[in-house]
Amino acid sequence: METQTAASAPSPSRASVPGPWRMAGRSLTANRSAMTALAALMLVTFACLLAPFYAGDVARTDPFTSNVAGSFMLGGQEVDIMQPNDNPLHLGLSPVGPTWNPSAYMLGADSQGRDVAARLLYGGRNSLLISFSAALVCIAIATVVGVSAGFFGGFVDTALSRLMDIMWAVPVYLFAISLSIVTISQGLKIGPFTIESDNLLIPIFIIALVYVPYAARPIRGRVMALRNAEFVMAARSLGVPQHRILLRDIVPNVSTTLVVLTPLLTALALLAESALSFLSIGVQAPAASWGTIIQDGEGLIYTRPMVAIAPGLAIVIVVLALNILGDGLRDALDVRETSRRGA
Amino acid sequence: MNARPLLQAEHLHKEYKLPRGQTLRALDDVSLTVMQGETLGLVGESGCGKSTLGRCLLRLTDLSSGDIVFEGRNISALSERALRPIRRRMQMVFQDSYASLNPRRRIGDLIAEPLRVHPDNEGRKRSAADITARLDELMSLVGLPQSALARYPHEFSGGQRQRINIARALALSPQLVVADEPVSALDVSIQAQIVNLFTDLRERLGLTYVFIAHDLAVVRQISTRVAVMYLGAIVEIGDTDTVLHNPAHPYTAALISAVPEPVIRHDAQRSLLRGDVPSPVSPPSGCRFHTRCPQAQPRCSAETPELRDFGDARQAACHFPLGLSA
Ligand SMILES: Nc1ncnc2c1ncn2[C@@H]1O[C@H](COP(=O)(O)OP(=O)(O)OP(=O)(O)O)[C@@H](O)[C@H]1O
Ligand code: SF4
Ligand SMILES: [Mg+2]
Repeated sequence: METQTAASAPSPSRASVPGPWRMAGRSLTANRSAMTALAALMLVTFACLLAPFYAGDVARTDPFTSNVAGSFMLGGQEVDIMQPNDNPLHLGLSPVGPTWNPSAYMLGADSQGRDVAARLLYGGRNSLLISFSAALVCIAIATVVGVSAGFFGGFVDTALSRLMDIMWAVPVYLFAISLSIVTISQGLKIGPFTIESDNLLIPIFIIALVYVPYAARPIRGRVMALRNAEFVMAARSLGVPQHRILLRDIVPNVSTTLVVLTPLLTALALLAESALSFLSIGVQAPAASWGTIIQDGEGLIYTRPMVAIAPGLAIVIVVLALNILGDGLRDALDVRETSRRGA
Repeated sequence: MNARPLLQAEHLHKEYKLPRGQTLRALDDVSLTVMQGETLGLVGESGCGKSTLGRCLLRLTDLSSGDIVFEGRNISALSERALRPIRRRMQMVFQDSYASLNPRRRIGDLIAEPLRVHPDNEGRKRSAADITARLDELMSLVGLPQSALARYPHEFSGGQRQRINIARALALSPQLVVADEPVSALDVSIQAQIVNLFTDLRERLGLTYVFIAHDLAVVRQISTRVAVMYLGAIVEIGDTDTVLHNPAHPYTAALISAVPEPVIRHDAQRSLLRGDVPSPVSPPSGCRFHTRCPQAQPRCSAETPELRDFGDARQAACHFPLGLSA
């Protein structure tokens, strides 16, 4: 009989066959705007990680203590941090403005005489840490919710979906603000554990929680589509047990959705964190975040606008970059589109 | 022929609940027997319930009612867990060769999956070496190079992917393979190769097939018997030559006359199908084909014809069968 070796078999080079992830990586590296966004994010993150080095060795300042009576050296001259106002409409003293000299109040001082540049870096550490952690926690919870709802369907799905609908019906910020006011004023007691009100875990978990419905919905949709996919029926017909189908066939195909969601949720979390901190119900003084620095700058907006502009700009850049990166990831990971060739 | 029944289906019903409280009868009292070693072709227009029947036979879709006896055992009420050991004996090849392979897993991983989850004949877990050996065996069986094992589904053509699907279905040496339009998505030139592979494997491994197709030429080439479906019911079933050369049911005749003459020689007068297939949500009364049947009489819309034996190893459900005295 003819057992034809399929004529156009792929060349039999076994060496490093590119998998779906590697192909996505290639397509992402070829995407110039996504790579620019990634570079910007890495730069910001790296700068923020260097905050202690900058404060200790370059600016030689303590960004967490008030220093209204102090002075610093600029070009061999001693300069007071608080200076007579140069704005005729304002009385009293104003903090020094930007000097653009990295070792001497580069972006000026805030109303307590603290170095804005150093606080910007420290604040960035908190803002990025909170938003990224919140995104991860949110996705972890949303994955459990979305996968259970999508895979088991029926009652589980109805119950979880209704819960998500109710949570989503409350405006996100209102929800986060209410939760924050309660936890910040009282701290949080869970059994024997007490989480102090200045613990970063509080904003992380609040932000993660309020965005769970946002992330769970696409995950559920993906899982439902996968559950009806022909390869899942094929696995069933092969006698593969359900838990193994879930682990080997469904979850790996959901992971792309999770990867795409991560930067988008980080951006949302960053905005939420800034809003909460701006309202003094996120990061607590004297610690900083971009939101608290904007609040510090609010009172100085006419005399020293840089205090509010610098963290505002940082938020805009990071949120924009995260969204561009998210779009790039979505394009790169769309398995169907990139790899489905003629049937 | 050792005519032992391998699979018997009795009075299968499958209803889908549609939104707005409607019920769609995808299978309406289907009974059939698949003999050991035969290939039963299943034909009919799109939407007549071929896939539903194929999936119900393997318990991949839950039945509304009816019994399925496989190798002497009633499997129609078994739980998914109790079915698992039986799944080794019956397998499916799907129409969409791409959708039926998880795009994120390598071919070797995909074909090894059934070998990993099922113990070997002595009831022991298969060793990695056993699995590798079996994979190599399967690849040569379906005519693919060993190197394919390290690759991903998207790197193959449709025909190659269907070979991969066949290799996976055969991994556990099943008795019965239900193939749901395995070639209809392929180029015509590739179709012949895959049909030949199916015939070849049947001879070598003594397989029994239920082969679903809407292309009569393909069915004629591979089937020993044919069942013709219309709106969720079997309207004619019998030996391939009898049914395709001398159809008794007007619907079979109409299907055949739609095929170009040299492919299937037939004596049936040309009778083209007119009108659309009625909705399976509200099938016509009496004979469900009466709205389109050129032979229809008043009795047809009042009285439902049962499948009747015509003494030539063929049954048809028609009050006024063609070329036969009723
Ligand atoms: N999950 C479902 N829910 C509701 N209706 C369904 C479902 N699956 C199939 N049907 C309906 O059942 C009928 C039979 O479908 P089936 O897929 O078995 O037809 P088929 O003969 O295989 O058609 P095709 O040649 O297009 O594959 C169709 O009317 C279809 O719309
Ligand atoms: S029973 Fe009547 S309508 Fe139905 S196929 Fe036969 S002749 Fe046609
Ligand atoms: Mg079908």
